[in-house]
Amino acid sequence: MPVLWLVLIVLAIAAVGFVLGRGRALKSADGDSRHLHSLPSYYGSNAAMKVLVPALGLLVLWLLAQPLYIDNRVSATIPESAIAEGSTIGLVMADVRRVAEGLDTAVAEGAMTMAETVAIDFTAVRDQLAEVGVALGANVSAETLAAAQDYRSYTSTGGLLMTIAVLLVALVGCGWAVRESNKEFRARNVVERGVLVLLIAAASIAILTTVGIVLSLVFQTYEFFTLYSALDFFTLLEWAPSFSGRGGASSLGLLPLLWGTLYISVVALLVAVPIGLFAAIYLSEYASPAVRSFAKPMLEVLAGIPTIVYGLFALLTIGPILLNVFGDDTVGWMQGQRAVMTAGIAMGIMLIPFVSSLSDDIINAVPQAMRDGSYGLGATKSETIKQVVLPAALPGIVGAILLATSRAIGETMIVVLGAGAAARLSLNPFEAMTTVTAKIVSQLTGDSDFASPEALVAFALGMTLFIMTLGLNVFALYIVRKYREQYE
Amino acid sequence: MTQNETKISANGVQVFYGDTHAIKDVDVQIEDKTVTAFIGPSGCGKSTFLRCLNRMNDTIDICRVEGKITIDGDDIYDKRVDPVQLRAKVGMVFQKPNPFPKSIYDNIAYGPRIHGLAKNKAELDEIVEKSLRRGAIWDEVKDRLDAPGTGLSGGQQQRLCIARAVATEPEVLLMDEPCSALDPIATAQVEELIDELRSNYSVVIVTHSMQQAARVSQKTAFFHLGNLVEFGETGKIFTNPEDPRTESYITGRIG
Amino acid sequence: MTDATANTPRPKTSLIEVDARTKRRNAAEARFKAYGITAIAIGLLFLVVLLGSIIANGVGAFQQTFVNVPVYLDPAKLDKKGNRNIEEMKKVSTFGYNPLIQQGLLDKVTELGIETPLQKRKEMKAMLSASAAAQVRDFVLANPDKLGETVEFKLLAASRVDGYLKDRVQREDVARDKNIDAEHLDLTDELVKAGVVAKTFNISFITGADASESRAEQAGIGVAMLGSFFMMIVVLVLSLPIGVAASIYLEEFAPKNRWTDLIEVNISNLAAVPSIVFGILGLAVFIQFMHLPQSAPIVGGLVLTLMTLPTIIISTRASLKSVPPSIRDAALGVGASKMQSVFHHVLPLAMPGILTGTIIGLAQALGETAPLLLIGMVGYIATNVPDGIAAGFLDPNSAMPAQIYEWAKRADPAYYERAWGGIIILLVFLLTMNIIAIILRRRFERRW
Repeated sequence: MPVLWLVLIVLAIAAVGFVLGRGRALKSADGDSRHLHSLPSYYGSNAAMKVLVPALGLLVLWLLAQPLYIDNRVSATIPESAIAEGSTIGLVMADVRRVAEGLDTAVAEGAMTMAETVAIDFTAVRDQLAEVGVALGANVSAETLAAAQDYRSYTSTGGLLMTIAVLLVALVGCGWAVRESNKEFRARNVVERGVLVLLIAAASIAILTTVGIVLSLVFQTYEFFTLYSALDFFTLLEWAPSFSGRGGASSLGLLPLLWGTLYISVVALLVAVPIGLFAAIYLSEYASPAVRSFAKPMLEVLAGIPTIVYGLFALLTIGPILLNVFGDDTVGWMQGQRAVMTAGIAMGIMLIPFVSSLSDDIINAVPQAMRDGSYGLGATKSETIKQVVLPAALPGIVGAILLATSRAIGETMIVVLGAGAAARLSLNPFEAMTTVTAKIVSQLTGDSDFASPEALVAFALGMTLFIMTLGLNVFALYIVRKYREQYE
Repeated sequence: MTQNETKISANGVQVFYGDTHAIKDVDVQIEDKTVTAFIGPSGCGKSTFLRCLNRMNDTIDICRVEGKITIDGDDIYDKRVDPVQLRAKVGMVFQKPNPFPKSIYDNIAYGPRIHGLAKNKAELDEIVEKSLRRGAIWDEVKDRLDAPGTGLSGGQQQRLCIARAVATEPEVLLMDEPCSALDPIATAQVEELIDELRSNYSVVIVTHSMQQAARVSQKTAFFHLGNLVEFGETGKIFTNPEDPRTESYITGRIG
Repeated sequence: MTDATANTPRPKTSLIEVDARTKRRNAAEARFKAYGITAIAIGLLFLVVLLGSIIANGVGAFQQTFVNVPVYLDPAKLDKKGNRNIEEMKKVSTFGYNPLIQQGLLDKVTELGIETPLQKRKEMKAMLSASAAAQVRDFVLANPDKLGETVEFKLLAASRVDGYLKDRVQREDVARDKNIDAEHLDLTDELVKAGVVAKTFNISFITGADASESRAEQAGIGVAMLGSFFMMIVVLVLSLPIGVAASIYLEEFAPKNRWTDLIEVNISNLAAVPSIVFGILGLAVFIQFMHLPQSAPIVGGLVLTLMTLPTIIISTRASLKSVPPSIRDAALGVGASKMQSVFHHVLPLAMPGILTGTIIGLAQALGETAPLLLIGMVGYIATNVPDGIAAGFLDPNSAMPAQIYEWAKRADPAYYERAWGGIIILLVFLLTMNIIAIILRRRFERRW
């Protein structure tokens, strides 16, 4: 039974429970709702809640757990000999799943009967499945087919058990709630406690996301370090993955990527910080309300533009302009339009509004009394800003710049399009270099299989990126928060 | 009471905040080496008028000043006058102590530095010490000049701000309710200080407290609803006011 | 106390005369102010250049060159048995149609009396898009009765011809190009004069599907737009309720303890985690662990939901916070429970702010590309319009920003124009969403 139907049935039970619970409570008060502890609809909601929450919770858990359990059971039955040279259990299991799903598709489309799929011979599977549009890469081995049949039977049994369990839980919940519905029952308190639990669950999703990020990074990074030396990863000065995905000849050194990342970020900050900071100073200290109300939103438009646009702008506008100025025709510093400068300038433009609006907030938080004190001594505006306002705002501004740095390090689309693909340790800002983020993309979007070190290295890179940005963010947010508290 | 020469003279001063007419046609003569107190109920315009005297109102966009104010005969609203130079001559102390988030030393040295009053470090040290002494706070802070000025108590902060204002060697010192954020002991210290400052400066003080005005000032001006109601010797204003409004205020009937 | 007379008063100076030092300081002041103005000007200049180059490069995508060709639908070639049986006719592939179309164009050229060295039928191939044959074939299969007639078709011109008319392809480039010769460009000039070749508005760029690498002239962003649409539905349906629920808990109910502190720190950090990390999460959890289909909008939607949630929570909490406590007290004072006071009074009052924040969060999600790369929404050529709602969520698709990236990566510069054009469409969507958010805020914002 499809999950959708199951959900609809549970919803229907909940609706019935609502009506019954409400009705029973009203009856116990002889139809006069004033004798009830809570409003009648709370008794109904109580019943609906007791149906929906456990039943749907069980459904979700089951859907998450069943594939894991079946994968374990099935992969345990696959003999070592069935795993071909250079392949892994993971790849075989992927085949098993494809065959099993293919057979199900065949039944669903009416091309085969249930009995035929069970009796099918492993030599014929590929052709039969091709007819219903499921393409298999290679012929299916006997072990794979057997495993696939196991997989199917477990899946269908599991599905049946799940349906029964979920419906049972729903009905029990319904019965329980309807039974307890009488005029003494404090339905509102129970419902509100239930809602509170749901609210807490929603708030915990933020934690779950972080846990998910950390776990997926940690596990795959660990996997990577079992296949590839951690020492090499952190110390090699070369980045040269082999393309076959099978050979062990890859050099996967982090340092050249880190260098490219930091170089581009520095260029970006050199563009964004002076412009952003002076813009913020002008807007908050000098600009008339009219100028401010025009220029501030205009600058913020830059922040609303998606990064893919900056990437394209870097590649197709900034790159060619730089090439004209610094290319072979003039000084010959620049060979192609992808370069550290190309990506750095685009990223800098992207960060201008980020720096300026954060600094603007921070400068505005400096109390007016501080400025008055300085003006009262006969200081000019710029002296006041340079010697009183900025020093007072300095921690906040440092925090803003750190946040911008974290943005720059984690930015992906601009460097993927603008920075180039070759990892280089060079000082020339007009040379193409690559970054951590760009390599995460290229290692995970190629055709290499996910179990090879060439793909897994992306997770180690992701981990590096996550730790760097997290460190910067925590530190920056701490500084900014401390700063705000000082003037509140 | 000896008659001192006139330091500041205001004639027909009008101030507008947008559409609000905050000060209406005020004439007043402020004498040198005298403490002049501005009193009046909240919102009567006394602080606004004070801020006209060193053009602090320039920093507020919607504020407009008409009339003529002269210091030593120079019209301070003349186009050629640089407000920065004016404020060096007419220092100001604010209602809430507002030390800069710098060390005590740098707080005092700030004014002399921007105005270039010291040729070298030794001279600057000398100015700082002299100003702190004149602010009657030297003994309390001389061992911790590098400590942040924001770490002092309220009364110390206000005396630090006075010392900071004195350090630029102004000729007039404007004080906008300098004691309203202080406790009685700190207030007494500041009042004592004001009395001493009188020997060198013309001091103008805005205050809410009539007792304070009576204690520290020689001349008093009473403001009401933007008008200067009465101006004269402090003793006379408090004992024998001419205007009935002044009398009601002093006896506590309006305010 | 010090001896006040020890003070040496400064020499009296006139206020009217500005001394040298003040002049210097005022010059510094003017310089400093100029830096500020320069910074603003540079910022605005960047904006103008950015928008300018988007528009200058992108409007071309909305125009396409078409060739009007009369094609004789030869029954002898297209329906060899002559019985008009559709199944039989389907066996004739597009290769069977190409000669007819090329002949049609050659005849037209001859009829117009244009002098050209291109006299062979095959040499007309470079003028027309490879999609022309499919277009004619579809027409014939839909109208078998037109066989034997000469029908006027409006066919897509080849990408090089289109590029020539849009000044993208220069004559000097053509020498190195094996797809087209200078003679074709001469012929194009003549045909433009004769009105056979013309640029018109190209609706199929907005509604159409992506095409293969070699057919830039045919590619459209319509299918990717649907992909984005389904993703946004997922994001909206998940992130709004979860985000609001989480904010209500944190703002109204959460006790001040370690756990809620942890959640708070978590949310502000998640808002600053690079988007690519969310892509890694999506790949590891949704695709490798849960085996959800690759390239499917539902996976994209889930990843973007996780990414958007912190933004929505932060703005929702701000608007909950702006509802004054007196409202809560009033509700509690008449005997409402805490939960009732929140859901009956606080939440409705905060709703405009919440919606504004949600729309801005959605706009951010709509333009996000990096996480989509990792869950396989790039490299997939979105040629099929999903059939049905379920397929819309589950079938592989692209999304607008991913499609733009895909085009930007392709070797043919004709695709750059498409990428810029796609950006214009994307920005129109973002602009609309932001304007709605601004209007909402202006209309309903309440100052307490």
